[in-house]
Amino acid sequence: MAQVELRNVRKTYPGSAAEVIKGVDVSVGDGEFLVLLGPSGCGKSTLLRMVAGLESISSGDAVIDGKTVNQLEPKDRNIAMVFQNYALYPHMSVFDNMAYGLKVAGLPKAEIAQRVGEAAEMLELTPYLERKPRALSGGQRQRVAMGRAIVRKPAAFLFDEPLSNLDAKLRTSMRMQIKQLQRRLGVTSLYVTHDQVEAMTLADRIMILNQGVVEQIGTPMEVYSQPASLFVAAFIGAPGMNFMDGTVSGGGHAVTLKTGEVLSLGSGAVASAQDGREVTLGIRPEHFALTPEGDGAHLTLTADYIEQLGADTLVHGKFGTGMLVVRVAGERSVAEGDKLALTATPEHLHLFDRESGRRIG
Amino acid sequence: MERRAIFPNKKLPYLLVAPQMAITLVFFFWPAGQAVRQSLYQEDPFGLSVTFAGLANFHRIFADPNYLYSLQVTFIFAIGVTVMTMIPALLLAALIDRVVKGKLVYQTLLIWPYALAPAVAGILWLFMFNPGMGTLAMLIRSTGYNWDPSLNGTQAMLLVMVSAAWKQVSYNFLFFLAGMQAIPKSFIEAAAIDGAGPMRRFWTIIMPLISPTTFFLLVVNMVYAFFDTFGLIHAVTAGGPGKDTETLVLKVYNDGYVNLNMGGSSAQSVVLMVIVISLTIFQFKYVERRVHYS
Ligand SMILES: Nc1ncnc2c1ncn2[C@@H]1O[C@H](COP(=O)(O)OP(=O)(O)OP(=O)(O)O)[C@@H](O)[C@H]1O
Ligand SMILES: [Mg+2]
Repeated sequence: MAQVELRNVRKTYPGSAAEVIKGVDVSVGDGEFLVLLGPSGCGKSTLLRMVAGLESISSGDAVIDGKTVNQLEPKDRNIAMVFQNYALYPHMSVFDNMAYGLKVAGLPKAEIAQRVGEAAEMLELTPYLERKPRALSGGQRQRVAMGRAIVRKPAAFLFDEPLSNLDAKLRTSMRMQIKQLQRRLGVTSLYVTHDQVEAMTLADRIMILNQGVVEQIGTPMEVYSQPASLFVAAFIGAPGMNFMDGTVSGGGHAVTLKTGEVLSLGSGAVASAQDGREVTLGIRPEHFALTPEGDGAHLTLTADYIEQLGADTLVHGKFGTGMLVVRVAGERSVAEGDKLALTATPEHLHLFDRESGRRIG
Repeated sequence: MERRAIFPNKKLPYLLVAPQMAITLVFFFWPAGQAVRQSLYQEDPFGLSVTFAGLANFHRIFADPNYLYSLQVTFIFAIGVTVMTMIPALLLAALIDRVVKGKLVYQTLLIWPYALAPAVAGILWLFMFNPGMGTLAMLIRSTGYNWDPSLNGTQAMLLVMVSAAWKQVSYNFLFFLAGMQAIPKSFIEAAAIDGAGPMRRFWTIIMPLISPTTFFLLVVNMVYAFFDTFGLIHAVTAGGPGKDTETLVLKVYNDGYVNLNMGGSSAQSVVLMVIVISLTIFQFKYVERRVHYS
């Protein structure tokens, strides 16, 4: 068990001009589960592989357990990795797959058998120990990959999208297993995914990466309720946050939308000097409330398209030049063409600078 | 999944394979049939009459110490060539991954020897190691070692083995390289994280995964050493000194075309045919079972 730290880590692949990782600083606490979240190509795998020692670090430091590991071979970093395609050795049985690292380390046979046995028990793989990987289902292979990682009792686990090859249902149950296992073993973990649900459910903290730059690091609730940038706001939550253009008004106490409506910022007021600043206002679909027509300041939305999900209903409608999505309770009946009067409580409004995309309130 | 071309025309496919079939029939099946037939007959020394001899030719060749010696020479040669081919080829294929600059240049240069005709390759080696004028022979002799493959059977054997292997390394290298490149990188990375160094990874991951390729090459090299080295050996030593490098194919040629013992020579070719057919069947039976990686 250990801390994993990245200090101003940068990466440029040899032979290409573009910098892929542009200075990442993060410290993962002992036993913490950190999820690296971001869209495809943002550099998640690159970052993870630099921690693993599979890619060189162009500049900056990777520190595991207080020791700079930049120059160390993967085997000397005391980490275990679970690959997206599992990378199980096809010519070895499940037992041998899990035992490989221990054999290489020169552990006595009895201890290897005991450790593999324990891991197999924990992962319900005992009946399959003699099988070859190709004779296993996707979920079983995934568990073998996990087993191979845990038998070595490493300082840290690195996961690169370990669930993306599974079907949706299996993914949910494996997600739970991974989380429980990690809690039980208390091993520091870095987990790469582009699936925000996976990130929200697994993480102690989420690090959101965008084109090699860290947008925000925070608990799942923090990134959901206090997104640091437009990028994070748009990335977290499904369906995504609604955005509307406006300007700060009323001495910093309100926002006037392009469409004319004025929304009060309540306690989230910004300095009065900000009046006139161009902002983007964000509201999550679940944070609108329906009000009776003509009741105070509100937005009016004409329902164009309705998605009934059971527990709740998504109403899509044109607003100004864009679209809005509103989540209403499933019991409430809405028909296409209905006019909805909406309000949003001030504490649920997110304000971002139009230019920089950074959060301002 | 197997992909098949579907021809709407029923005659076209036959028309398309006809030339190849014709060549095979005329140049392979026809002579093979001739050899089988001749191996059962005996010709008088003047070639005037032939008499049916049953398996007498076969009995005779297996009782002939010269034939048995040639068999031994062939096996030593084949094993030597196979080892001298596969080990350098494997090494080169494994190392090319570490080459950063000019990878393509190396690959191309490594493939060239394969393009050479066997006899030409033989002449090349003959010149280089000719005790009278060969550059490399001079070098060896300058160390005080008495290098003369035209007198020393072991040296002659070594020379033909090395030249035959040299020509075949390219082919093996290509197959090993392809085999290694087909191994997903993540296996190697997983093993590296599991703590295995390059040597260990090579023996426990790469070697087992390319074993179908290795096996395939083993058979191909055996067949090559048995049958395709005629031109080379003929050019370098012509089977000498004495009969120390006279492999079975050379003996077939010497007995049949030089000494005009058609019956005996045909029986020898039939034995060779049986060997190559068994090797091929063996190959098909085991190489078909391919390893699947994912
Ligand atoms: N070996 C390489 N050489 C050059 N560029 C690379 C290499 N590997 C990745 N890249 C580039 O680096 C960037 C980040 O790649 P990376 O694989 O880290 O993305 P990712 O966030 O893991 O994406 P995904 O979710 O698709 O796996 C991409 O633009 C990619 O093209
Ligand atoms: Mg990736």
